[in-house]
Amino acid sequence: MNDNINDIDNAVTVRNVYKNYGEVEALRDLLLDFPRGQLTSLLGPSGCGKTTLLKIIAGLLPANSSEILVNNQPLTGPGPDRAFVFQDFALLPWANVLRNVAFGLKLLGVARSEREAIAETYIGNVGLQGFEKRYPHELSGGMRQRVGLARALSVDAEVLLLDEPFSAVDEQTRRKFQEDLLHLANNENKTFIFVTHSIEEAVYVSDQVALLLARPSRVSEIIRPEGFRHKDAGSIRRDPEYLDIVVRIWASLRTYVE
Amino acid sequence: MKLFGYQLPAMSSLILWEIVGQLEFTFFLPPLSAKFVTLIEISTTSVFLQALAVTRYAFFVGTFSAIVIGIPVGILMGKSRLLDELLLPWVNMFLSAPLTALVPVLMVLFGFGMKSIIITTTLFAIWIIVLNSRAGVMQINRSLIEMARSFGASPKDAFFKIYLWAAPPEILGGVRIGFIRAVNGVIIGQLLISIVGFGALFELYSSNFLMKHFWAVLIVLFAIAFTIAEFLAHLERRVDYYAARR
Repeated sequence: MNDNINDIDNAVTVRNVYKNYGEVEALRDLLLDFPRGQLTSLLGPSGCGKTTLLKIIAGLLPANSSEILVNNQPLTGPGPDRAFVFQDFALLPWANVLRNVAFGLKLLGVARSEREAIAETYIGNVGLQGFEKRYPHELSGGMRQRVGLARALSVDAEVLLLDEPFSAVDEQTRRKFQEDLLHLANNENKTFIFVTHSIEEAVYVSDQVALLLARPSRVSEIIRPEGFRHKDAGSIRRDPEYLDIVVRIWASLRTYVE
Repeated sequence: MKLFGYQLPAMSSLILWEIVGQLEFTFFLPPLSAKFVTLIEISTTSVFLQALAVTRYAFFVGTFSAIVIGIPVGILMGKSRLLDELLLPWVNMFLSAPLTALVPVLMVLFGFGMKSIIITTTLFAIWIIVLNSRAGVMQINRSLIEMARSFGASPKDAFFKIYLWAAPPEILGGVRIGFIRAVNGVIIGQLLISIVGFGALFELYSSNFLMKHFWAVLIVLFAIAFTIAEFLAHLERRVDYYAARR
């Protein structure tokens, strides 16, 4: 580790994270930085502790020991500087889209008219205009996740934590989501921490891919796909560097997949 | 049921009752029509109306306390492992216990009046409400709780904004069964204490062999209990409608 580590502006730094589930050692001495304004993917075989790490950063899960800084402040629990997007959407089934999106703001104590105005804006941003009064069960999986995303965006947290957000939607919707996420990462000055098990997805959207290997897991490699980041969404999948990185990651991971 | 190819209306077995009653086999079973005549006769008397009022009061105060105490206790049991282990054996015991046997004890403790009847009603209704509220909380999607926490919800926020909303189908099922049990409770309480309400009427009619009157009161009670249960079942189906889609 070099001395000018503090010169790099990290939104989240993770050091010495240990997490055991009973006898099972899930995370051991994990070390990882999340540069501000960038999208970092956590990629690895299933059961490697990606989601565990994400929930520890979110403050939802206590680690056995950890030194985690969020905006240079020690992590104490969930906070308004981080917002979580859930794999199973976690929408309130008894509330319509508007109330679901405004729920985070409601918990922050924002007045009703104000939070509904903010929610309206983000509902529009994720392309759900006209669905404000619909209930989650009336929406498709893709639309439900847009609600989850709008809810996370509306609290205007600096760090967005996304736990396999696209794994429960169909392939075509997923591709659209990936393009939207890329667009979002470029336009919003936010730090994204993105858990996925899809190699292509991680390489496609990330500024930095952290490869986690099987239990007890730690970061085995950090890959920064830089050559095609400025390209438009359509041509990334044909870029030679993109293809090389996908093949390289698969070569590292394949031994861990039964 | 079909008889000789004809669809019989529901409750057509009551016709059989009428026939048996008309044949005057036993004083114990007067004809159905006579009971309804008596019912109309006595339903305007002050004794009956007063009994109805007293019973209604005991019933609603009793079930209201059962709901107001039972639901929060059940939710807290579902949330807290410690509380659950502490209370669950007792709840299960009281749920299956013959509570009728407790009524004399209540009479000693709370006297021969309304208070004992209300407490009997509450005791009959509360346990199933506790148990169902607990079950309702335990089936809540964990990620809803995590979601609320991730947005900074305090335990109090989680209670009022998630738990209380997510568990109603189960809670309502418990309330419905609780109401049915409360009908038992209020009548058993009155019968054993037997100086107020319908208990006093039953006592009066049966000791004077006024079988028509006796049955008339019974029909009223059956009808009330049935109506309450059906109303709550209807409400439950409405709530289940959205619950099935969560």
